[in-house]
Amino acid sequence: MSPRTALRATSALALVAFATAAAAQDTTITIATVNNGDMIRMQGYTDLFTEETGIGVEWVTLEENVLRQRVTTDITTNGGQFDIMTIGMYETPIWGANGWLVPLDDLSEEYDVDDILPAMRGGLSHDGTLYAAPFYGESSMVMYRTDLMEQAGLEMPDAPTWQFIRQAAEAMTDPENEVYGICLRGKPGWGEGGAFITVAGNSFGARWFDQDWNAQFDQPEWEEALTFFVELMNDFGPPGYATNGFNENLSLFQQGRCGMWIDATVAASFVTNPADSSVADSVGFALAPNADGVEKRSNWLWAWALAIPAGTQKEDAAKQFIEWATSKDYIELVAENEGWANVPPGARNSLYENPAYQEVPFAAMTLDSINAADPTNPTVDPVPYIGIQFVAIPEFAGIATEVSQEFAEVYAGQQTVEEALANAQALTNDAMEAAGYR
Amino acid sequence: MARAVSTPRKIATTAVAWTIGLLIFFPIYWTILTSFKTEAQAIANPPLFWGFDFTLENYAVVQERSNYMRFLWNSVIIAGGSTLLGILVAVPAAWSMAFVPSRRTKDILLWMLSTKMLPAVGVLYPISLLFVQFGLLDTRIGLILVLMLINLPIIVWMLYTYFKEIPGEILEAARMDGAGLRQEILYVLTPMAIPGIASTVLLNVILAWNEAFWTLNLTAASAAPLTAFIASYSSPEGLFYAKLSAASTMAIAPILILGWFSQKQLVRGLTFGAVK
Repeated sequence: MSPRTALRATSALALVAFATAAAAQDTTITIATVNNGDMIRMQGYTDLFTEETGIGVEWVTLEENVLRQRVTTDITTNGGQFDIMTIGMYETPIWGANGWLVPLDDLSEEYDVDDILPAMRGGLSHDGTLYAAPFYGESSMVMYRTDLMEQAGLEMPDAPTWQFIRQAAEAMTDPENEVYGICLRGKPGWGEGGAFITVAGNSFGARWFDQDWNAQFDQPEWEEALTFFVELMNDFGPPGYATNGFNENLSLFQQGRCGMWIDATVAASFVTNPADSSVADSVGFALAPNADGVEKRSNWLWAWALAIPAGTQKEDAAKQFIEWATSKDYIELVAENEGWANVPPGARNSLYENPAYQEVPFAAMTLDSINAADPTNPTVDPVPYIGIQFVAIPEFAGIATEVSQEFAEVYAGQQTVEEALANAQALTNDAMEAAGYR
Repeated sequence: MARAVSTPRKIATTAVAWTIGLLIFFPIYWTILTSFKTEAQAIANPPLFWGFDFTLENYAVVQERSNYMRFLWNSVIIAGGSTLLGILVAVPAAWSMAFVPSRRTKDILLWMLSTKMLPAVGVLYPISLLFVQFGLLDTRIGLILVLMLINLPIIVWMLYTYFKEIPGEILEAARMDGAGLRQEILYVLTPMAIPGIASTVLLNVILAWNEAFWTLNLTAASAAPLTAFIASYSSPEGLFYAKLSAASTMAIAPILILGWFSQKQLVRGLTFGAVK
């Protein structure tokens, strides 16, 4: 080969290499997500997706509240920074209705969209159109210490009432050893303490709004629910519960300081993991409670889902990724490498039909809890909204954050239940009036 | 002449100063300590000060998961770039305010400072829209501009107070010797104000390094600095405090070291003007 030919061959090769690199560059999608265990695990597997499809993936991981603010700004200003966004059940129907998301109505046959749990599919749709694919879903349930229950001489029913929870909390509380009968969220914020007190309200027959969007905090059900919660926590909860959220309670439970904890079903895999939890081998599960004689239970429904913002230039690549990440194959991939207890839960029927998964201790209760939640009919009396621990209207996040702050002041002993409810009633009605609902 | 201070009093003030210093440093110390624990030890109650298994695992995990160097490089460029640009704009501005003040100079200075009183989120949408319009989203140059603008009032104020210390007669003498405006600023004023400029630069690098509103809201994948790196380890569902601490330690290490080496300049810069 003459030097000239060699040079030509090298340049041609270089050109091809460059072109391939450029092509690969063209299809890199950017995904905004939260730092939850299942999401981080998925990031570890994205190389496989890139190998399969040639589509590169850039991850932007943000704290939940920052993520919400960030993607909201991006969508409303048409910033186009993200090709896929991780959003929840609260945002999806609102954004879908606004035309901010690409409808996911043409997913492939092998994806089997009908396999998605109906409750999840319902909560991630607007007018029957799916706008986000659930990556994992959760409800809430009671997690309790089987050893402490036994010591107390009690047996946890599968579907306890609040009255039983109170009795058990009293029996398990042992302040000298810093063991508290019950740990619940009190931390202000619509997604923290706000979510919990809303579902607790549902299970006492309370509701946020009547059919004409009038606030209902002046009704006896709310007074009963809030009084019960405050007394329960003051008597048998950990000190300073007004500032406890999911992570604070998780930490308390893992250290063996809580007899019971009612919270997200995803916590089950944390508290039963011997590497992090000192009580891993003595945790039992039960449905979230209701007040005696009230048909609605206090379990919520949430999903972290992947959605495509309208206006992305890479819709096809984004869809391909969503199909991959929320597929049955992905679940199997994780199961194969990390065991069934670590697969993303709560999204697909087929997972719960899988005999291998049925052996996971919290699988059945998670599914029962999800199925017990109905976002389209969340309360005893009819309501004009969708959502269980939230009200799917854009104004809710702001209003509920303020209301949860009023309630947190009760938890901290700075005002009475009556004062908090009166304030909540006034501020909610004012905000709804300003927003034109009433 | 220095006032005579009795020994017990000296001991007392030293003890108080050390206590306050240690209190301020404690959160940083705790973060660093936590980064060497396992996740279970990180949340242990009572907290573990010693006697835990020292582990580097968190650093390994963070290294594996995130491209630290890319975040670091972005932080260096953004903090350095915005400070440099700020100084270029602020030196002439402070010169004119210090040496050729008009009737409105004081008002302008106050008005500049007042822009710092508006919460950043108040202008989130206007700035976002401008960024979309000019294609500046997720670019380093966009962030350099924004951080330069938000820190500019502080840079101008600091330089202004330094320049006020310099006798105007020296500049006058330079002018009599035939120096033009450019020469006057570059060869006479700047060399005399070097210590002041240096501490202004340092303070602004620190401010820009730690800025965590715009750097989170205007970036995505390519221009995200270390603030975004830390934020990516905060979790609403799950306890990853040890990893978060490792990420935080890695993020603050460069600026902490810079701070240690330039302590003298910083202290001088912050207390300048207090003593005339």
